[in-house]
Amino acid sequence: MEMVQSLNKTSFDKQNVQGINKQTFAQKMKAYKKQPLSLFLLGLVVISAVVTIGILAFVIGYIVLNGVSNLSTDLFAWEYTTENVSMLPALLNTLYMTGLTLLLAVPVGIFSAIYLVEYAKRGNWLVNIIRVTTETLQGIPSIVYGLFGYLMFCIGMNLGYTLFAGAITLAIMVLPVIMRTTEEALLAVPDSYREGSFGLGAGRLRTVFRIVLPSAMPGIIAGVILAIGRIVGETAALIFTAGTVATAATGLFDSTRTLAVHMYCLLSEGLYMEQAYATAVVLLVLVLGINALSSYVAKKFTKN
Amino acid sequence: MSVKIKLSEQMMHIIFFISACVSILAVVLICYFIFVSGVPAILEITPKAFLGGTLWKPLEGFFGILPMIMGSIYVTTGGVIVGVPIGILCAIFMARFCPEKLYKILKPAIELLAGVPSIVYGFFGLVVLVPMMRNLFGGSGKGILTASVMLGIMILPTIIGVAESAIRAVPESYYEGALGLGATHERAVFFAVLPAAKSGVLAGVILGIGRVIGETMAVVMVAGNQPVLPNSIFGGVRTLTSNIVLEMGYASGLHKDALIATAVVLFVFILVINLSFSAIKNRGRN
Repeated sequence: MEMVQSLNKTSFDKQNVQGINKQTFAQKMKAYKKQPLSLFLLGLVVISAVVTIGILAFVIGYIVLNGVSNLSTDLFAWEYTTENVSMLPALLNTLYMTGLTLLLAVPVGIFSAIYLVEYAKRGNWLVNIIRVTTETLQGIPSIVYGLFGYLMFCIGMNLGYTLFAGAITLAIMVLPVIMRTTEEALLAVPDSYREGSFGLGAGRLRTVFRIVLPSAMPGIIAGVILAIGRIVGETAALIFTAGTVATAATGLFDSTRTLAVHMYCLLSEGLYMEQAYATAVVLLVLVLGINALSSYVAKKFTKN
Repeated sequence: MSVKIKLSEQMMHIIFFISACVSILAVVLICYFIFVSGVPAILEITPKAFLGGTLWKPLEGFFGILPMIMGSIYVTTGGVIVGVPIGILCAIFMARFCPEKLYKILKPAIELLAGVPSIVYGFFGLVVLVPMMRNLFGGSGKGILTASVMLGIMILPTIIGVAESAIRAVPESYYEGALGLGATHERAVFFAVLPAAKSGVLAGVILGIGRVIGETMAVVMVAGNQPVLPNSIFGGVRTLTSNIVLEMGYASGLHKDALIATAVVLFVFILVINLSFSAIKNRGRN
């Protein structure tokens, strides 16, 4: 009886209980003294992490802090003049460019992903070729896209520097992004959904559009938003396809500059550094915001 | 099944199929347009004078892109030297050392940074790195070293992302086995887990190299852009990509074709890098 009591007493005395697999800081340091290599490796890893995070935080912090102080309402005037290099026309152009590019790329991207996942037979040689080509497309630098767009659309099709030529070029550039994310989203839809739909007598097309696509929608939307981020931040592919005219476009066949190209022009002219700071922060916040939205959408909806 | 439904099924099947072929068509068209305009220019200048010439004076008829090839190789090597060790070590931190609470903040932050537009990095390089290098080492501040640091920073998120998932994919038993044999946490991670993740980490590095060699807007701002072979790491260089973006605006005739031929060389570099990337990725999978 006495023993039980004392046992109870000790087991309830939680503050003084210590797990034998938990090391105190002092014990850890003692162990590291015996293992200098481990301490060295730990140091390396921690320093690298601190340096990485420090640098990246500095890049963002520097641009945001310096940019915000240079922001002014003048920079959002309707007209671009050499006295006031307003970025509003460029912002509008970015909006047009994004819309037009998505209009071209999203249907093709989603349809081709549907073909790859729902229609093509496994191990089909065509599927393998498509995989290789999408990987290739993803690796091509944007300046090469720019040259290609210039040669094919501006010269070959006689479009000149136009919004439309820029949008087709970008559409090809973001196509693999949309294809891959849609493919992943479609593959994540359980086969039982399709079987259920077929079992109820639906055809293949109805199953795809009524059952598979709605369940895959969050993943697809996340991919599309990711593509928007790419479009907004793109410069090299647009300089020689959409041109650098600084006014807002009024039609498909106007030469335009998006915000990123506007930024490049300001920097290469070198006369408008304050405005460049302001443009940088707008561009950065826009792109990071879009990307954050994409991963938020992807996470939020895949949980349910 | 009614005839109408059957017809629309058939129609959509064909539409899906055509959409799927668009990416193949795109690659074929890109290759066609770049090579058809570029290769004749290389032949006209002669491959030896084009690839081996050290003089780039388009107005006087000298089209040697060796300085640009070397420039691309220099800044890529520099970027890899700066970015890869820090990136891999940071990936190890993320995968094996990071406390859970910190990880929840860091992971999305680093993923986000992969999306920062290259023109913004270029701007940062121009207003921060270039003056810094000028103060530290004198000269103009623009050159191989500045570009390497810039590119090293730019590829960090890419390398960290790929390397971290490779390290996480190593079975836990490797780590536990090493601990059971008396290794410390650090030794187990570095000498048992990391070697097993080798091919994945290498794939990340190659992906980073592909990024760097194709990078244009950031490099153009900080590399100095002189089309000559540099004599030191502070010397200015022009890369293949900068060469195109700098002169395409006003080039004509053979000059323009020579710039497209520069893109051919760049394209070949990228294809080789991509092929080795897929080869390593597939080898890792088997």
